[in-house]
Amino acid sequence: MKNSFMNNLKTPSEFNTPRRAFLRTATAAAVTGGLLTACSTATPDISPNGGRLPGDVITLPGGDLGILNYAFVLEQIESRFYELVLANPYSGMTAMEMQLFQDLRNHEVTHRAFYRAALGSAGIPDLTLNFSDINFRERTDVLEASRKFAEIGTAAYNGGGKYLTDPENLAVAGKIVSVEARHVSIIREIEYMNQSAFSGDNIVIEGLFIKLEPAEVVPIAQKYVLEIIDAHNLPSVAA
Amino acid sequence: MNLQSIFTELEQVDGEFFDRLEHVSRRGLFSSLTRKTVAVAAPAIMASALTKAYGQSSQLPQNVVDVLNFALLLEYLESEFYEIGTNTPGLIPEPYKLAFEYIRRHEELHVKLLKKVLGDKAIPKPGFDYSAKGNFPDTFSNFQTFAAVSQAFEDTGVRAYKGQAPNLMNDKPILETALQIHATEATHAARIRYLRGQKGWIPLASPSGLPQAAAAVYAGDDNVVQKGINLASLLDGQVPLEGITEAFDEPLTREQVTAIVAPFLA
Repeated sequence: MKNSFMNNLKTPSEFNTPRRAFLRTATAAAVTGGLLTACSTATPDISPNGGRLPGDVITLPGGDLGILNYAFVLEQIESRFYELVLANPYSGMTAMEMQLFQDLRNHEVTHRAFYRAALGSAGIPDLTLNFSDINFRERTDVLEASRKFAEIGTAAYNGGGKYLTDPENLAVAGKIVSVEARHVSIIREIEYMNQSAFSGDNIVIEGLFIKLEPAEVVPIAQKYVLEIIDAHNLPSVAA
Repeated sequence: MNLQSIFTELEQVDGEFFDRLEHVSRRGLFSSLTRKTVAVAAPAIMASALTKAYGQSSQLPQNVVDVLNFALLLEYLESEFYEIGTNTPGLIPEPYKLAFEYIRRHEELHVKLLKKVLGDKAIPKPGFDYSAKGNFPDTFSNFQTFAAVSQAFEDTGVRAYKGQAPNLMNDKPILETALQIHATEATHAARIRYLRGQKGWIPLASPSGLPQAAAAVYAGDDNVVQKGINLASLLDGQVPLEGITEAFDEPLTREQVTAIVAPFLA
């Protein structure tokens, strides 16, 4: 049943061309903004990689450790993204927006540090990240990417929680997911003021915030990671 | 349950379901999900609730019944609050009407969902006193009071669901649905905080613009130790203490939530 669900969700070609699947808006904008990026002195796309090579395979373990590492992947992407937003602020960033991105950065860096410490030697290494399809000089691109990262994060925690078998792990995941959902609400409010977007029909369906399975999220995350994430050990059936 | 039967089931429950999916995907805000993904994922989300919705309440363990009735009490409280608020002319300023309308609708859906899952084990709706025994005499005539009470309800709701999640671990579909409600409440909480001039997240255990009498809503939210790791020490000099505490919403126990809610019971 699980397999047929996934087969319906994405064709194999879509798995191989993540460009089509995520950040469509940001990608298009990055293309049109390419000249600007090229002229920029900022080089915000690659983070330190600890000497590994793009194409190295990082295999996530199974069980709770797998889900925690999966969350760690997402938190690494988010935290690095906000570090780069602050290092390369788009022109016209208001004081309020600067405060917002500092808060988001603080939260995601805290989450990343938590997973790094909690997982210890069972944790994946720091990933080599690539944000080259996001134009950090464009407010719209940065807000859109922020929104999507927060939405994917919330949906991923919603869908991943059931695979955790240690109540303490579930409790901590629960403490983080609502903060991610708060991010979704505020980012959307800034993008679409005084509308319904903060809890809009495309993220909250019939009163329930959407959820995504690891198999749906990993291909999206993969787009930002130069190493290959092997997620086949992750649980796909709740124990 | 295979996909086709989920769709069939949904069609029976909700004749307009596919029309609504069309509407959802057309809006395109969540463009990271392809139209096809939305169309397939949405029923799967609802199915987890639906599989529990048909005559299985007799099989629910007592502790799950208790947790869901506890959640239902909070949802009754919120749902009636927003129903009165959104139907009180002149209370909600125009720019905020749509937000409160959405929140009202979500709380109503949560009540319906929990009642369905609980079946004949659902508690009836009690009477409410939104003045909290006279502490808020103008809840429905002063928008500032209304918004403050709303914030208290939403932040309490987030913390209450969070506290109960580990009690639902043995019933995965219900756990997942509870997590989805929990995240929905968090989007509400952040929005209400923001319109009140607060951050969308909770710094330390700050009363966040609520009167000191409401301090219990934020009690313990300044925790910095997660799974035995002291993040304040670990991130000293890298992340301000406030930011560390904002990064984790802490749970409230049932006893704490009951104490917060008790004054609102008639």
